[in-house]
Amino acid sequence: MALKIVKGSIDRMFDKNLQDLVRGIRNHKEDEAKYISTCIDEIKQELKQDNIAVKANAVCKLTYLQMLGYDVSWAAFNIVEVMSSSKFTYKRIGYLAASQCFHESTDVIMLTTNQIRKDLSSPNQYDTGVALTGLSCFVTPDLARDLANDIMTLMSHTKPYIRKKAVLIMYKVFLKYPESLRPAFPRLKEKLEDPDPGVQSAAVNVICELARRNPKNYLSLAPLFFKLMTSSTNNWVLIKIIKLFGALTPLEPRLGKKLIEPLTNLIHSTSAMSLLYECVNTVIAVLISLSSGMPNHSASIQLCVQKLRILIEDSDQNLKYLGLLAMSKILKTHPKSVQSHKDLILQCLDDKDESIRLRALDLLYGMVSKKNLMEIVKKLMLHVDKAEGTTYRDELLTKIIDICSQSNYQYITNFEWYISILVELTRLEGTRHGHLIASQMLDVAIRVKAIRAFAVAQMATLLDNAHLLTGNTQRNGICEVLYAAAWICGEFSEHLEEPMVTLEAMLRPKVATLPGHIQAVYVQNAAKLFATVLRGHEGVPADSMVAQETSQLLIDRLPLFVQSSNLEVQERASCILQLVKYIQKLQQKDVEVAEEVTALFAGELNPVAPKAQKKVPVPEGLDLDVWINEPPSGSESEDEGRKSKGKAVFAKEESRHTKPRYTEVDEKELAKRREVRKAEQANNPFYIKASPSSQKVYQDGVGVEHIPVVQIDLSVPLKVPGMPMSDQYVKLEEERRERNKADKKKKKDKKKREKGEKGRRRRGDSGPESEEDITPAHMVDIVTEEMPENALPSDDDDKDPNDPHKALNIDLDKPLADSEKKLPVRSHRPDEVLKSPMEDRQVVEVVPEPKKKTGKEKKEKKDRKKSKEKKKKHKQEEEEDLMGAGSEEPVQPEETKEVAAPPPASTPEAAAAPASTPRTASGMAAVAPDSEPEEAKDTEPEETKSSTHKKKKQKKEKKKKKHHHNHSDGAGDESVQNGTVEEEEPLPPMSNYALLAENSYIKMMKQDADKVCDIQGNLQDGSQVVVSVIFENKCDSFIKSMEFNVLDSLNSKLQRPDGAGPHDGLIVPFQLPPGISNEARFIFSVQNIVMPQKLKGTLTFIVKTDDSSTHEKLDFKLHFTCTSYLITTPCYSDAYSKLLESGDLKGCSLKLEGVNQPFHHLLARICFHHHFSVVERIDSCASMYSRSIQGHHMCLLVKTADQTVSIDAKCDEPGLLGNVLDEIKLTFSQC
Amino acid sequence: MIKAILIFNNHGKPRLSKFYEHYSEDTEQQIIRETFHLVSKRDENVCNFLEGGMLIGGSENKLIYRHYATLYFVFCVDSSESELGILDLIQVFVETLDKCFENVCELDLIFHVDKVHNILAEMVMGGMVLETNMNEIITQVDAQNKMEKSEVRL
Repeated sequence: MALKIVKGSIDRMFDKNLQDLVRGIRNHKEDEAKYISTCIDEIKQELKQDNIAVKANAVCKLTYLQMLGYDVSWAAFNIVEVMSSSKFTYKRIGYLAASQCFHESTDVIMLTTNQIRKDLSSPNQYDTGVALTGLSCFVTPDLARDLANDIMTLMSHTKPYIRKKAVLIMYKVFLKYPESLRPAFPRLKEKLEDPDPGVQSAAVNVICELARRNPKNYLSLAPLFFKLMTSSTNNWVLIKIIKLFGALTPLEPRLGKKLIEPLTNLIHSTSAMSLLYECVNTVIAVLISLSSGMPNHSASIQLCVQKLRILIEDSDQNLKYLGLLAMSKILKTHPKSVQSHKDLILQCLDDKDESIRLRALDLLYGMVSKKNLMEIVKKLMLHVDKAEGTTYRDELLTKIIDICSQSNYQYITNFEWYISILVELTRLEGTRHGHLIASQMLDVAIRVKAIRAFAVAQMATLLDNAHLLTGNTQRNGICEVLYAAAWICGEFSEHLEEPMVTLEAMLRPKVATLPGHIQAVYVQNAAKLFATVLRGHEGVPADSMVAQETSQLLIDRLPLFVQSSNLEVQERASCILQLVKYIQKLQQKDVEVAEEVTALFAGELNPVAPKAQKKVPVPEGLDLDVWINEPPSGSESEDEGRKSKGKAVFAKEESRHTKPRYTEVDEKELAKRREVRKAEQANNPFYIKASPSSQKVYQDGVGVEHIPVVQIDLSVPLKVPGMPMSDQYVKLEEERRERNKADKKKKKDKKKREKGEKGRRRRGDSGPESEEDITPAHMVDIVTEEMPENALPSDDDDKDPNDPHKALNIDLDKPLADSEKKLPVRSHRPDEVLKSPMEDRQVVEVVPEPKKKTGKEKKEKKDRKKSKEKKKKHKQEEEEDLMGAGSEEPVQPEETKEVAAPPPASTPEAAAAPASTPRTASGMAAVAPDSEPEEAKDTEPEETKSSTHKKKKQKKEKKKKKHHHNHSDGAGDESVQNGTVEEEEPLPPMSNYALLAENSYIKMMKQDADKVCDIQGNLQDGSQVVVSVIFENKCDSFIKSMEFNVLDSLNSKLQRPDGAGPHDGLIVPFQLPPGISNEARFIFSVQNIVMPQKLKGTLTFIVKTDDSSTHEKLDFKLHFTCTSYLITTPCYSDAYSKLLESGDLKGCSLKLEGVNQPFHHLLARICFHHHFSVVERIDSCASMYSRSIQGHHMCLLVKTADQTVSIDAKCDEPGLLGNVLDEIKLTFSQC
Repeated sequence: MIKAILIFNNHGKPRLSKFYEHYSEDTEQQIIRETFHLVSKRDENVCNFLEGGMLIGGSENKLIYRHYATLYFVFCVDSSESELGILDLIQVFVETLDKCFENVCELDLIFHVDKVHNILAEMVMGGMVLETNMNEIITQVDAQNKMEKSEVRL
């Protein structure tokens, strides 16, 4: 019985397939979630069964649920099970599910590698196809690496069905595993000419995607694509190719010239709109790239514009949209040809389709000129009135403001018109851009001094009619403009005709319903107005009553604000209330107070550029990260507090230019500051003072008398009474321009005057002199936003450092070396952007070009000499001079060319007495930094005698030390180990200590990173590298409080004690009396050892003399070569041969020419500098072994014959191997 | 590149969602919802392109859609795709569905979303257009369905 029930339920579960599930969900509309949760329980049961059919059915249902938003990642393992079913039906279900819900962090993905490989090589093409399709959705870097070879093979599959899929998926593989691009590229290129159109199209597709991101690497394919373009009839392929050409032409103008003709032909011949459109687009790109010099240049533009006009006029909305889109591209370079179609574009503003209207708006933005700005804006204003729906209306509003304010109000000739436009815009109901309008009003009023009187009058009217604007008190609602209005009236109250009236308007009880921050501005500016009123009325006996009435008004009205729930309002109101009460007392005693009250608000505000704060250059020598005083222990939280406070300060600075700056400082403090500022400004020759001249110009300006502020239009019933209509300015402006034309002479005078003023007005004034002959209505003084002196011009780099395509920027034209014909297998994924190891390895075969480097060095030397003549003991100079690390100079992949050149490295010894020591020997000791030999070789010793002399002394010291180290940890024991003791010649001295940095106080020597593998550390934790640094005190003073700090990179981190921040330095545990040296060790954790690393660091220390102590610092660079990640590990010959036989290792080889040193020396050097051990040596042939700290095996076979050394190397990490070989090469190139 | 392909009905119910970049299930649902809101409020006789804005990957992407009876077919693509080309592709997709389901209607998509996925997989792979020839697509889909049937018989 029980069995029957179980069986029955199994059957039922088995029966419920996807269709049943869907039906069930549709039948449970009211409790869908509950029903689905029971279904998921059932699915869980089904997944527990062994029957693959049941499982597949369950997974199929899960795929559906995933679409509905249910997380099904818990079933990932079951999905893998279904994927590995032998039946195509289930496999397909499994791969579909995987493609829908697997991603890079799905951990079961690593279980799929072999299954996918099996499916890829399945005899059934659909198994392969399904696997490829699935893989395209969830490929990970690991899968890409492991399967790249298999997929590459499939690119040459017999069935086009598989070929095209394999070709397409290669793009995904490249993205995840950039190293595969170069080896796979030749085959991909082949596929461009595949007989099957589908495969061809896929190849075009992939190359277009690649080329779009890194076009310059694909320029060489242009001829091939050109051929395809002229021969192909597949519109898809044509479109892709033509789009690709659009990306290539900016890099190669010659290509563009060639393209014009076939593209023009296509434009004329094709009936496919999609193709036509892309042709037009690319022709535009070509025309943009060819600035001039084309004979039928304008003809092509005409053709494009004409075709686009046809598109825009088409009844098909899609074509209309695209036509406008393409038009905007032409606009950038050929605005004139577009401007002639203004009618059409304005017509599009009436289109019912919002997308099209927005496109048209974009076009308008670029089409405005001084001439047509008013007209266009007028049109837009009409649309604002007509627009339905706030979204579009808001869009229009922002566009109007964008258009007008673009390039620093370049196109505005009449700011009174603009102010009235802004005022008109305040009539918009329900807009969310009140803040935007407000900031524009503020900006214009502050920066255009000449307009202030007009602006103030307008704002006063706005304030008077505030009740019309307060309906919408939501955030960013239109009432925000009152904020601007109040501030402008207050700040520039001297322009107010009737300050009393405005003051009264600002203190109406209704104001209390406004948002708090606006009330606060009201209160504050009421005080400013009060000051103005007092000043206006004091001294005249008849008016003293008015002044007292004003005080009374404030005293009556302010208590309302004192009760405000908003803290800011309350504080300001009560402060001002008390002040006014006090003033009233004085008034009653007939004391004149106006001046003092005015002084509260004295001073001029200058606009500050939004990024000004950011651009203040950090003064030299100021290190903000360094403690001024040593922090008390356990001050972590305090530190936090300070940091966040600092941030707030900067944030405030940034927003300053839109909001008037009001900090909560009490009035006196404020006044004091203003006084200080005023004094400062008076003495500052760079400060732009409020110039009476601009005021005067405004008075004289043409057309000003036609703008009677008083008689402004009260008749339009719908409008806010007293508000101006922008239209009247349009007419006035036209009249004015007419007159201006007639009055050319006057204009010339004006121009002259402008030039005179140029020094004062920077960017803002470029307008009047630009292309169109329209002078502004009145000389407008657009105050440039203030920038700090020496502002850094740098803008933030907006390139995304995480863009996967960056890694695909690989030169594809270089011929493939033998070693890279096969795909490299990488066993470790570096964190940083990968530089292809293939490239690095390539360099191994490059013949050295010594000229380049020597030339460069000579120049350096010259420079150095020059500066030495100037300042013999310039500290910085010395630091630079002595930077470098002799033989341990790491091989940075980017610098491979330089690496190929042997830097002249002979020790001072050799230079001083070239004959005394064998060259090889002296060369071997070449641990001295580059600068020293140069100095020794200096042909004009007289000039630098003194400094050379001094250095020589140091060198001697160093030499001693070298020897010392040689014996202690250098050649001594290692030579025994490596079997060189029996050799007849004594081994030349070697040292791994390299000069790290030096200045007049201290010298740092780094031992070639002596590695210690952390025994307990596992591989994921990364391994540790110990760097020993010798500090030597070179001056006569005591050196203490040395702090060693390194700027961590992603890959390498200085290990700091627990609790230390990531930027804290390590205290060097000793002090240095004069002339003493000591060694300290620093531990670094390293994640990726495949590439050499450079870390920047600083040593700060205190030099203490008898009477004073100075803080000094020394910058240095730590070079972690790949060699330094190797540990000398002995290996027995049988283990060694097993390792070689295992086949896990990838090979690479290196040839060194002209090495004339004994073989044993050579071996000893490899052993010593590169941490290898000799496994076996037979005559002139030796096998060597080393191990990296992460356990990579590295085997070398070194052979020598006739001064030629060939090294065959094998390692399971090709990147590491390539770099180590480069370093070996460098070591030998230095002798 | 095609970033996502969405099919939903006039009420915003998803009928197929295919994302070529990974998003969490919640984000996917949100994208579907927002896309529906953007698309559904548009009139019939307006253009078929929409600037995607916030949705997938920012302003470089566009929504290209077609509305058939009760269903919206929405492709989210970046600037490397031709707008009109994608419109054609949607047409090919729908015609293929029509052939495979014989007069396709929403119900077909509701109950056989797996089949729709299989058809789509023959057209678009990993966000790149694989095949645009309808006959070729149908041939491959049929061949695979035949294989499935033969397996059932076994």
